[in-house]
Amino acid sequence: MKMTAIKLAATAGLLAGLSTAAIAQQKNVTIGVSIPAATHGWTGGVVYHAQEAAKALEKTYPGLKVVVKTSPDGASQANALDDLSAQKMDALVVLPFNSDELTDPVRAVKKRGTFVTVVDRGLKDPSIQDIYVAGNNPEFGRVAGKYMADTLKQGNVVVFRGIPTVIDEERVTNFEKALAGSGVKVLDKQYANWNRDDAFRVMQDYLAKHPKIDAVWASDDDMALGAMEAIRQAKREDIKFILGGAGMKDMVKKVMDGDKMIPADVSYPPAMIATALFVTAGQFYANAPMRGTYVINAELITKDNAKNHYYPDSPF
Amino acid sequence: MTETALRTPAPSRRFKIDMRALSPFLALVVLVIAGALINPDFLTASNLTNVVTRCAFIAIIAVGATFVISGGGLDLSVGSMAALVAGVMILTLNRIGTPEVSTLALGMLAAIALSVACGMANGLIVTFGRIEPFIVTLGTMGIFRALIIWLAAGGTITMRNLDLRELYRPVYFGDVFGIPIPVIVFLAVAAIGALILYRTSFGRHVIALGSNEDVARYSGVPIWRVRTLTYVIQGICVGIAVLVYVPRLGSATPTTGLLWELQAITAVVIGGTALKGGIGRIWGTVVGAIILELVANIMVLSNFVSEFLVGAVQGAIIIIAMLVQRSLYRR
Repeated sequence: MKMTAIKLAATAGLLAGLSTAAIAQQKNVTIGVSIPAATHGWTGGVVYHAQEAAKALEKTYPGLKVVVKTSPDGASQANALDDLSAQKMDALVVLPFNSDELTDPVRAVKKRGTFVTVVDRGLKDPSIQDIYVAGNNPEFGRVAGKYMADTLKQGNVVVFRGIPTVIDEERVTNFEKALAGSGVKVLDKQYANWNRDDAFRVMQDYLAKHPKIDAVWASDDDMALGAMEAIRQAKREDIKFILGGAGMKDMVKKVMDGDKMIPADVSYPPAMIATALFVTAGQFYANAPMRGTYVINAELITKDNAKNHYYPDSPF
Repeated sequence: MTETALRTPAPSRRFKIDMRALSPFLALVVLVIAGALINPDFLTASNLTNVVTRCAFIAIIAVGATFVISGGGLDLSVGSMAALVAGVMILTLNRIGTPEVSTLALGMLAAIALSVACGMANGLIVTFGRIEPFIVTLGTMGIFRALIIWLAAGGTITMRNLDLRELYRPVYFGDVFGIPIPVIVFLAVAAIGALILYRTSFGRHVIALGSNEDVARYSGVPIWRVRTLTYVIQGICVGIAVLVYVPRLGSATPTTGLLWELQAITAVVIGGTALKGGIGRIWGTVVGAIILELVANIMVLSNFVSEFLVGAVQGAIIIIAMLVQRSLYRR
């Protein structure tokens, strides 16, 4: 995959060089895309949707080149940005590994006159970006909390936290805010690192500790799958359902099929990278103002709308 | 119990060595008492069974690590190797597809074969490449991890045939006379490991190699073969751990087995094996693995530790447990 990316980059560079010499009949635009490598489910989805969107866009707009580069960590993403800007791109779509490390490298790209679209994780200096496409973490927690309060009315839930990060903090505090004033109480909160095995063991311990649990907020689909297995082993009948999050295809399928334990899910779609790509392409091909901030809603996925959130070919 | 071929313990020494071998068990008893005081639910049969079953993977891998470490080596690649082997095993099962015992047998065979190959690769590069095992296994750790990420395309490798999954499930969730199968497996692995390490000439060679390589060489120990074999044994142990891991969740992801290498090494050291080599204690290792899992379990069961501080308290408990052990055998 890396090889093809390099080849693509090379051809893109070549084409860009040729186009200045040749008479430009169609509008030639190069968009560089810099995203984290597929090291876990969600970023795997990002890579998949970036590549799909790149294909679709190149088909729609002849003359458009989309170069997708993946990087395993922040430092190599900074290098990838150097490589990309070396081949004269008109726009950059970037999902930064972290805000601190990548603010300056992206600023450098911006200084060369490149149009910059930032996705999901914001930079420290928002004036760099022309477009910001973001997921909505507070909303993610709020939607989940509201679903719990509305469905349960009364009862006890246990909460799984991810990895200690701002994302996790925003989700959990807003989940609790949404529960405030309802009859639903949080029994326990523990970190399970967005990891199936850790969620399995934490759920086993929750089951040993609490004799009556009404529902589980796993806050993530991987953790939901681990917790589910532990509940099944314990044969506990008191737990009515598990609410995950993100919109992994296996879980959306369960919602679609009407699984009793998984009646709903909350979306945090990796496909937001595709949104960013289409909006960025619009900047060059549509005669319309595109600059601005796009917040992708965290939607409640239920049996009725699960179809719209199901991507059977995505790895995630 | 752990006499080496090169050293006969003097009677005065004997008492110290026994205390040292005993101390992990004492730490375990103290932890169990602490757990019972913190939450009465701790001592329920179902909780204790859960904990001991859960530590099976780390315990089995750590038995292999006891060989590598007491032979003066180190293997950092075990977590990534476990993820890769689990992924390949599930892909094999999916490829064959039929819900029969023969399918499972083939999948298991593939898992063990791959883990032996991975261990062999580690061993051969360490011995014939004459490179520090830390560097070699750090390298293969990256390679194995990248391979599983590549195979999964960053997503999840899941057992697709649900009937096959049900057929395999009892290997983690089932029991024989009330003893969970993973516990039986890890006791068997530990027993065989103890037999090899304490009762065979190969085992004595491993210890000799770990205490002093030069002396071992002059005494005619086939250094290269012994060293390579310790990594192969580590590979086999990872393979066996995967056999009981896969039926639990029926899937492998790029985050499977993350940091297992550190847990295995910690279990080995808590158990009394010297990190610099020359002393190996299989049963101590098993207790070490149980202690690690118990500490995590007690953290969740306790009501007074904030979830933000769990890591700090866990770390402190492990250090205190080691200090207590040390003070026991210094006297």
